[in-house]
Amino acid sequence: MGKIGRIFPLEPVPDTKSACHNCEPVYFGRLPSCEPNLRRIAQSQASSDRVKRQTSATEDTFVKVEITINGESRVHNVEPRTLLVHLIRDVVGLTGTHVGCETSLCGACTVLLNGDAVKSCTLLAVQADGQEITTIEGLSDDGELHPVQEGFWECHGLQCGFCTPGMIMTAAQLLERNKRPTEADIRKGIEGNICRCTGYQHIIDAVQYAAKKMRA
Amino acid sequence: MPVAKSVGARIKRREDPRLIQGLATYVDDLQLPGMCYVAFVRSPHAHAKIQSIDTSAASALDGVVSVVTGADVNPDVGGVPCAATDFPNVQVPEHPVLAEDKVRFVGEPLAAVVAVDRYVAQDAVDLVEVDYDPLEAVSDAEAALEPGSVKLYDHFDSNQAFTWDLEGGDVDAGLKEADRVISQRFIHQRLAPNPIEPRGVAADFNAGDEQLTLWSSTQIPHILRTQVALMIGLNENRVRVIAPEVGGGFGCKLNVYAEEAVLGHLAKKLERPVKWMESRRENFLHTIHGRDQLGDVEIGMKNDGTITTLKYNVVADVGSYFQLLTPAIPTLTGLMLCGCYQIRNVSMHLRAAFTNKMSTDAYRGAGRPEATYIVERIVDCVADELGLDPLEVRRKNFIVKDSFPYETGTGLSYDSGDYTIALDKALKNADYEGLRKKQAELRDEGRYLGIGLSTYAEICGMGPSAAMPAGGWESGTVRVDPTGKVTVLTGIKPHGQGQETTFAQLIADGLGVDVDDVKIVHGDTDSVQYGTGTFGSRGTAVGGTAMIMAMEKVKKKVKKFAAHMLEANIDDIELEDDRYVVKGNPERGVSLADVSGHAHRGIDMPEDTEPGLAESHFFEPSNFTYPFGTHIAVVEVDKDTGEVDIQRYVAVDDVGNIINPMIVEGQIHGGIVQGLGQALYEEVIYDESGQVLTGTFMDYTMPKAHFFPRFELDNTVTPTPVNPMGVKGVGEAGTIGSTPAIVNAVIDALKPFGVRHIDMPLRPEKLWRLMNGGESS
Repeated sequence: MGKIGRIFPLEPVPDTKSACHNCEPVYFGRLPSCEPNLRRIAQSQASSDRVKRQTSATEDTFVKVEITINGESRVHNVEPRTLLVHLIRDVVGLTGTHVGCETSLCGACTVLLNGDAVKSCTLLAVQADGQEITTIEGLSDDGELHPVQEGFWECHGLQCGFCTPGMIMTAAQLLERNKRPTEADIRKGIEGNICRCTGYQHIIDAVQYAAKKMRA
Repeated sequence: MPVAKSVGARIKRREDPRLIQGLATYVDDLQLPGMCYVAFVRSPHAHAKIQSIDTSAASALDGVVSVVTGADVNPDVGGVPCAATDFPNVQVPEHPVLAEDKVRFVGEPLAAVVAVDRYVAQDAVDLVEVDYDPLEAVSDAEAALEPGSVKLYDHFDSNQAFTWDLEGGDVDAGLKEADRVISQRFIHQRLAPNPIEPRGVAADFNAGDEQLTLWSSTQIPHILRTQVALMIGLNENRVRVIAPEVGGGFGCKLNVYAEEAVLGHLAKKLERPVKWMESRRENFLHTIHGRDQLGDVEIGMKNDGTITTLKYNVVADVGSYFQLLTPAIPTLTGLMLCGCYQIRNVSMHLRAAFTNKMSTDAYRGAGRPEATYIVERIVDCVADELGLDPLEVRRKNFIVKDSFPYETGTGLSYDSGDYTIALDKALKNADYEGLRKKQAELRDEGRYLGIGLSTYAEICGMGPSAAMPAGGWESGTVRVDPTGKVTVLTGIKPHGQGQETTFAQLIADGLGVDVDDVKIVHGDTDSVQYGTGTFGSRGTAVGGTAMIMAMEKVKKKVKKFAAHMLEANIDDIELEDDRYVVKGNPERGVSLADVSGHAHRGIDMPEDTEPGLAESHFFEPSNFTYPFGTHIAVVEVDKDTGEVDIQRYVAVDDVGNIINPMIVEGQIHGGIVQGLGQALYEEVIYDESGQVLTGTFMDYTMPKAHFFPRFELDNTVTPTPVNPMGVKGVGEAGTIGSTPAIVNAVIDALKPFGVRHIDMPLRPEKLWRLMNGGESS
């Protein structure tokens, strides 16, 4: 059995400007420009003989993130490199938010950050420090479906369901900003979310259904 | 007959509440105590010898549990299986789960790292030092078949994987008979299936029970179980495969992959639960691709438009190894070459080539889109050659309504069809005459409108076992619980197709219960009897039929009990809404719950009747089914930008009887978009050295919502006699029908520029060049 516990590097926390969107910790074959930095991180771990527990709240290489998710305030100590989506999924355990491409292109990981739809696969958890996150699990109100969720169900706006949480979050933002979207508005508004199953038509219907319901 | 209450209705899907609230469980959502993460070391070279692998630094990394290479794993794990190797001149490569001596494509796995978290696993992958000796690679299929090409397998004669020939009628006589002969090269570019959930596997081994549980995002849990058990050396009954929520498949999860066996092996060896989730980049590199054929068609025609012969000489690029069904896919192209036409003389000569690329295999349509594309392009080429309307060439060659069942020149027997009614309806819905008029007017203004037709027929409901590599039947069990609720166990594995709803509709009407009282169980080999899986538009046509047959057995027993309880003759019992009543005396009746309670109580039983209320059926279809339809695309191509604006898309599909129109529409919408994706945007590109240039969604254009107008759907209904429900299947129809409709429309738009053919994808640059003085092809 191998060793349990690990050391986390004292790397500076990337800010938004320097965060490389092509650089994804969990995929094979990074772009060369990103590679040296990550290799250095890896090597600094390899050369270290310190073994510390991931759960240690006082670990100085962790970063404290205070975050509100679905109305609940939480404090987590995470590696600086932890992606927001992995905080949500692996640390908090809200698995409704999905990862489909790790590069901000498919939109399956879309959550609301202070009401704005963002791709949580390319945001660091530390960037969400002090912010409010809403995930698909937090969209319904006291067990009552959000009109967008209802629309997706009514209009068959989903098939395999994998892109659906992200698609719903994007649509929810769209309708916050535009109460009477045209079909073209909706098509343009969800262009950052890819669905491979539905051909989008029933998704458009679902959003229109929700728009109508929200106006009523 | 009971009054149909839910079949045919637009019933909301019963799988949706969990999916729209983030409550579904996909593979990556599983978290078991002590679970480790697996990441794979993959080749960055398309072709290289592995000189050495140094795992010491990776193993030394804190949090790393194990690092294994092919040398560690291959003695204990069998190779990746192929179920279709019975081909002339076949050379079957060994396909180890981890490459040991040589790598043959970019992304081929050669080592696996197990670590306590996913980031550490990826860190450790970077620390595995592999010393490669790069070799020259071949990524072009025709070049690979040239004598003197670099070979993928030293011990093979050449890169020719296999050959396959099909001939119906006499093609040479057909050529002689022809007034004119034309030839055309068609390229079916390589595509990535790209379900939004990539592949993923989790495994847990209980040493006390010697029991492995394997979760995989798969379309074929039962076949996977058999194969993984064989690969890792466990009794099959010690392997339980669970396909949890599966986030799309499109054929790429109709396979057995190296990672599935490696994860099972690691869980067993380490006695720790392990999980691997594929990244999108890995998905582009090491999940099967679709299509990738290039071939020359020779076509003979009479001056009146009658097609006398069709000869297809094709090279299929199968990539570097055989996956589960790799060799079988291009043969489906041959079988469907005649489309919906009476082409008596037809042949296909296929040569399959190994190249330094990922394997090709089944992707939505699997071989049939290639056939439909060829034949639907050809009728347009014939029309162009003869100066006829493509519509008239189609009508001239259609298989006529009263000739069904129709034996094709390729040896198939089309079950039923009426191609003319679908065509007429589509023409009417589109206002074809009006469109042609508008086209002429716009051309005078220097605007380029194109109208493209596709009148397709395709194979669904796969299929008779005799025609399938590994069993074409399907299974179903219907159990009535003591309280009268119904549980169905089906051998198929729905992953978006909605059978938790459509099957419940069928049972609700058949047994007289509420749709909400029916539960459909699938995707767990310990719960469900052996089955085949979801692919080839077979879920409802074959799996649904198995369930219906089991339900009929249950119903027979229910009637026996009802007759006993009501002291009536069994022949007088009929289902009226939700009660089994005595004919002519509807006050005397019992519900399914009454009967089931009685049957489970076990006393006061009808004579010669066992207690309980559950039956199974294994359904073997007698034939495939053949849906058909007409798609009409209207596009305008902008001369200044080369961009294609799809203005209208009219589809009339005939998929037989329909259980839930809303779900059928969804299948067709999604299918159309995937077909349009091939026509206009998508292409997996390998460069000459075998590097993938399209390894992210930034480089591989996935269709998005704003690329399309609203599709105008309609249908005709021609039931199939192959199954009692008369359903044909709908999963692939849209994809098969739409690609040629768009390509024909674009080429029609570019007719004033002397364009006869353009290869897909029809990107703006290509079209702009043709419209602005470039060479036409």
